[in-house]
Amino acid sequence: MIKINSKKLVKFFGYKAIRLLILLIVIAAISFIMIQLSPIDPVKAYLGQRIVSQEQLAIVGEYWGTNLSLSERVIGWLQTLASGSMGFSLIYRVPVTEVIVQKFTASLTLMVVSWIISGIVGFGLGVIAGAKEGTLVDRAIKTYCYILQSTPTFWIGLVLLMVFSVYLGWFPIGLSVPIGQLSDTVTFWQWLYRLILPAITLSIVGIASLTMYTRDKLISVKNSDYFLFAQARGESFWGIIKNHGIRNILLPAISIQFLSFNELFGGTILVEQVFAYPGIGQATVAAGLRSDVPLLLGIVIVSAIFVFVGNLLADVIYQYVDPRIRSEDDE
Amino acid sequence: MTKLLEVNNLSISFTQYVQGLNRHDSKVISDLTIDIDESEIVAVLGSSGSGKSLLAHSILGILPYNSNVTGEIKYKGEVLNQGLKEKLRGKEICLIPQSVNFLDPLMKVSEQAIGECKDDKEHDEKKIRQREIFNRYGLDESVDDLYPFELSGGMARKVLLSTALIGNPSLLIADEPTPGLDKKSVEETIEDIKNLKEHNKGILLITHEIDVALKTADRIAIFYSGYVIEINTAENFKNTDNILHPYSKALIDSLPRNGFKLTEGVQPLDEVSGCPYYENCPIRLDKCENNIPKLINHDGIMIRCFKYEEANDES
Repeated sequence: MIKINSKKLVKFFGYKAIRLLILLIVIAAISFIMIQLSPIDPVKAYLGQRIVSQEQLAIVGEYWGTNLSLSERVIGWLQTLASGSMGFSLIYRVPVTEVIVQKFTASLTLMVVSWIISGIVGFGLGVIAGAKEGTLVDRAIKTYCYILQSTPTFWIGLVLLMVFSVYLGWFPIGLSVPIGQLSDTVTFWQWLYRLILPAITLSIVGIASLTMYTRDKLISVKNSDYFLFAQARGESFWGIIKNHGIRNILLPAISIQFLSFNELFGGTILVEQVFAYPGIGQATVAAGLRSDVPLLLGIVIVSAIFVFVGNLLADVIYQYVDPRIRSEDDE
Repeated sequence: MTKLLEVNNLSISFTQYVQGLNRHDSKVISDLTIDIDESEIVAVLGSSGSGKSLLAHSILGILPYNSNVTGEIKYKGEVLNQGLKEKLRGKEICLIPQSVNFLDPLMKVSEQAIGECKDDKEHDEKKIRQREIFNRYGLDESVDDLYPFELSGGMARKVLLSTALIGNPSLLIADEPTPGLDKKSVEETIEDIKNLKEHNKGILLITHEIDVALKTADRIAIFYSGYVIEINTAENFKNTDNILHPYSKALIDSLPRNGFKLTEGVQPLDEVSGCPYYENCPIRLDKCENNIPKLINHDGIMIRCFKYEEANDES
């Protein structure tokens, strides 16, 4: 059983919390400064095509703080953030937090489903390729991975759409709910049906790297002394792969999968765009194209937290599941 | 009477590609002949890195795929082919590995000692046996749940030994059982191995430590540059007059208690056309340069030297 050392746990998470805080402050400040230095004018973005007088322009400018110095603006932004508010989205006309919560939940299902698919398929293929190293099966899997690795996600998405939605007509072309239906009247199956293609596309991104990593790890286990000894003890080949191979590569593979949260987030943006799936990816593109600065900054911060959590989970696995590291400072 | 294990004219070589596509066969073991009886310890003594372990791997059928093997291995009179090796290894023939690196770092040691089981029933039976053997070596129940990295040096050695005994084998192969151990642990290991002999087991001891071989074994095979050049009783090794091969004599003379006598020269790294010891031999003959002597029986001692071949011819 896994013994948890509570003192170590508190220390571990305290340390991580401080790291997260520093990371967030730095990211918030840098991304804010970058936006300020970019040609985006918040006043113009707010007003859009409306025609206003000079006096009104000055009032709006004052509201957005254009007359303040850069440092004052950065501090003001950080203070607002600290109070828990991320401002008001210009496109959606609701608080940024509300937009993010809504969009992120939609994306989260997409990301979780494809993360699990890529984890299982990637690991499985890696184990087969590693165990069958040098055979035709291994070479086929390797070639497949190289092709996937060098193909852009959006292109795969387009190909899948053309084949399965346009030619075969098996899946809808896009959107997360059927056209002409309210989102709260959608049944679970309708929702799942529309999730399949985008989830598969997104999972393809993660499969190749995980497969190659797993394959490599399994081959190094196969070259280890304990693999040789297990053979000398008369254990069967697949028995050794199962008992010693998978046992030793599962942890690093899961950690790699958690560390891929950044790729997952990046992939979501492209996949949602191709499939017109209304999630955080679409919101990001919209915020960028239509100069919705508060929303864009909010998404930057949330994505930073998302990736940080992935890394944290990878760390936790190593610290608390691997017996070699777990007991290192137990005393 | 059939011997427990007979190895006849075993040669192992590896195919390598050197400088692009030039195939090169590098021979690691040449014409090795050795036998082991029940309740007998036979040591193969050779310098480290000379390929002695491959003899063990060859008996167990775990050589890498690019190896070429010729010769014959018999177990209880039956020729050991790959199929039989796979059937017997872990049951009749067991390996005692050299270090804790041969254990899976993420598996509890008791489970590793038990090994692969078909079902729960087999597991339960083996669990009882594992406990019995662990007890015999003074490993209490708290050791069962430890991981290999948590074992002390002495415990690790006993666990490794126990793993080999679960299946109650007839032949044990101890591959460098005393690497870098302190004097006390070496003594203990020697005692443990000798003790196995009392239980009617045949033991092949592969080592580079002269003293371990002398103290443990009944017979010692001297391994030089891929060849076995002499197989003599441990008793005879106590006195250089009873050793035949000049290299074996030089080896024993170099021991501290025999005056640290140093003999110049190194083992040839490349294959030579004649006797491997030709370069350094004090009693060499002209024909030794281009002819390889065979391992022959001279008064009950196996020796690979033309001098004794001639002596046999004369008598």
